[in-house]
Amino acid sequence: MFDVIVIGAGVVGGMIARELSAYACRVCILEKENDVAAGASKANSGIVHAGFDAAEGTLKAGLNVEGAARMEEVARQLGVKYQRNGALVVGFDGSDREKIETLLARGEKNGVKDLRILEREELRRMEPNLSPEAVCALYAPTSAIVCPYELTVAAVGNAMDNGAVLKCGFEVRRIEKTDGGFTVYGENDSVRGRYVVNAAGVYADAIAGMVGDRRFRITPRRGEYILHDKEYGALVRATVFRTPSENGKGILISPTVDENLLTGPTANAAADKEDKQTSADGLSLIRAQTRGMLPSLSFDRAITVFCGLRATADTGDFIIDSPLDGFINAAGIDSPGLSASPAIARYVVGLLKQAGFSAEKKKDFDPIRRPMHFFAGLSRAEQNELIQKDGRFGRVVCRCERVTEGEIVYAMRQNPKPTDLDGVKRRTRAQMGRCQGGFCLPYLVEIAARELGIPCEQITKRGGDSRIITGKTKGDA
Amino acid sequence: MRKMTDLVIIGGGPAGLCAAAAAYDCGVRDILILEREDALGGILRQCVHSGFGLHTFGEELTGPEYAGRCIELVRSRGIACRTGTTVLDISRDKVITATNETDGIFEIRARAIILAMGCRERPVGALTVPGTRPSGVYSAGTAQKFVNILGFMPGKSVVILGSGDIGLIMARRMTLEGAEVKAVCEIMPYSSGLARNIEQCLNDFGIPLLLSHTVVRIHGKERLEGVTVAKVDGARRPIAGTEEYIPCDTLLLSVGLIPENELSKAAGVCLSARTNGALVDQDRQTGIEGIFACGNVLHVHDLVDFVSEEAAIAGRGAAAYLRGARADKTDIPITAGEKIRYTVPQKITRIDDVKICFRVSEVCENARLCVYADGAAVVSRRLKKATPGKMETVALKKEQIGQASALEIRLEEEICKNGN
Repeated sequence: MFDVIVIGAGVVGGMIARELSAYACRVCILEKENDVAAGASKANSGIVHAGFDAAEGTLKAGLNVEGAARMEEVARQLGVKYQRNGALVVGFDGSDREKIETLLARGEKNGVKDLRILEREELRRMEPNLSPEAVCALYAPTSAIVCPYELTVAAVGNAMDNGAVLKCGFEVRRIEKTDGGFTVYGENDSVRGRYVVNAAGVYADAIAGMVGDRRFRITPRRGEYILHDKEYGALVRATVFRTPSENGKGILISPTVDENLLTGPTANAAADKEDKQTSADGLSLIRAQTRGMLPSLSFDRAITVFCGLRATADTGDFIIDSPLDGFINAAGIDSPGLSASPAIARYVVGLLKQAGFSAEKKKDFDPIRRPMHFFAGLSRAEQNELIQKDGRFGRVVCRCERVTEGEIVYAMRQNPKPTDLDGVKRRTRAQMGRCQGGFCLPYLVEIAARELGIPCEQITKRGGDSRIITGKTKGDA
Repeated sequence: MRKMTDLVIIGGGPAGLCAAAAAYDCGVRDILILEREDALGGILRQCVHSGFGLHTFGEELTGPEYAGRCIELVRSRGIACRTGTTVLDISRDKVITATNETDGIFEIRARAIILAMGCRERPVGALTVPGTRPSGVYSAGTAQKFVNILGFMPGKSVVILGSGDIGLIMARRMTLEGAEVKAVCEIMPYSSGLARNIEQCLNDFGIPLLLSHTVVRIHGKERLEGVTVAKVDGARRPIAGTEEYIPCDTLLLSVGLIPENELSKAAGVCLSARTNGALVDQDRQTGIEGIFACGNVLHVHDLVDFVSEEAAIAGRGAAAYLRGARADKTDIPITAGEKIRYTVPQKITRIDDVKICFRVSEVCENARLCVYADGAAVVSRRLKKATPGKMETVALKKEQIGQASALEIRLEEEICKNGN
């Protein structure tokens, strides 16, 4: 019997679980997929928005600003990368300028600091590679970037290190209200808890429906991206947005905290809640819009393309409320969900307290998590000392990203432990370089098999049927 | 105090090994080869098919056998090697930082360096193919490693994109291990692979070669379930309405090799946009004095025999450099002119007989290969058939270079096809 069951191990569920793990209570995180951060949390822009975008007075606006203000400290505690690189919303004509001025006014009302409008000269100085046709821009110096899946893994890991339990491969099928709270049923398993938090992403409406809450609908919207080689990572310094149009924010061009260049996203209908395909039209749109803003970017150094599904609610705002006693929704968390996540967590805990949650704060809660990429941060002498003790830190497995076997083994042994190669990838960056696993994949299969104690043939990319190998050569049926 | 080594060679494949042996034979003794895999031999270790060594040894060897001969050159000379050692950085003043399990992270100062890091494969992500991201999509070399080194099958029913030699070899390899290779797609209207590979890897096994085709969509949620292929037009764009779905659980990509020059860039070596390798002179010396390059890191070769030949040039060049030879003021650029995709070397810094390697930019039959020295033709000969996939050479005598200040290679008619 748990105190709180959190459904969904994305960044929202992770932050909520972490917040709760500071209290003397038993927390269980249920995740449908084979790993945490498997949904939108691993396929978004990674922007910690300044907060000028959401309409004044909405939950989005308030929680964005609060979450963004706390994110640097949260990132420091969790040992994940964070960079306050600023954002620019670039305008090309008078109509854009009007929109930019609207954003400025809205941002100020929302409490965003230091917003101002740049004219052409200053814009050119700041971002010399931007199209010369850009005439003005809204500059938001407080905007930042993080690695969203690194953050999610760390939040869940820190929650687990402080006692939270994670169950992956648990797809919630049914929820029963009981005297003591709820029983949550999976396919083969069930979990009982006093409170349930619904942070189930694109499935949040289905989960809410299981307790009779049918007030909202989540429509998944596809966001496609193209990721470019680190060679282009410095083409822009700030996160550069187009001025929004009726269709939404439009594509952005941003450096990532890992020094790649990210372009996207599109905003297209998804066929269903599992439709994460990129499309020829979507990728073409990204290329066309990117060229308009960054004429010097060549697409010859694309590394990969991917697509995330936004959990867009039909209410136009986050749905963070309690439709029945003990059940809290954290639903419809599309942009600025990542930015707002630390604040969403606090808000949800507030709602839980209103519902009677009264655990004491733990004296031994440790908010600090050792960075997964700690090795690069050590001095040469410290690195060599570590290699002396464990030679695997001297064996480079992923040469593109310089990931050693020691780091891979370390990552596989930290909460939340990965059980597939995408999980290893998201934690270590092995396979994320320019060769995309061309060289390191065979080694990773061997290392993962050894660490997981299973044969190489059972290693998967992301669980289920996604095996890497179909069998042995010669003499195997 | 950092140790100073006369010659450090980055990469222990055929390029690095043959360069080491050549330098040794010119009198260099303080040589160290650094190889990141646990064994010497480079990519040849996983090339279990034969066809290597016809030129070098007059025999037809398998990849591991050829690698073995190169390793023997080095062992018999007692040249020092460190395997399992990854070079992390080369500074502009030739300080090499490397790491391995036993020595940890260490530095070596080198008087001369030979870059022999080879190349990597272009991954599927670089093609930005729309669709899903299931397991079962591999570059051909990765699949080759699974099959030939680890003994695992990456899949059972296969489509291969790219009819370069690696794709063709893997079509046969997978078939021999019991997989069904349904098709090899090639975006160009011709294959860049060797004719004998088309014959021995596709025709002999009844594997269809779909020229002017490419993969336009990837399907499958967890494991690959199929690919959509389509015909392409003269500009290599998919033609609407020609799409065809091929069910398969494996997609292998053989869509280009890219020289691995991250370390070269760190050292300040200038690269050619045409080869993606260093700009070098006739001795394979780069723009940085004392840094040489050879093998696939310099330009992608199709025959390892020519790698060995080029490596010997670099080895001799490095030896001369260590003896005190320095480039004089000579700097004769070699221009890749009409229908020539690139030349190696790109310049002459020492007048001597030279063999210039080049590739044509389109399929050509019965063309005239011309070399001009300051506008005057010094070589003019028939080139019966040339394809971009086959590296060609043209020899120039010292006298032909003479007092020229610039050289140009180009192809002049008679019949050149540009692939329409």
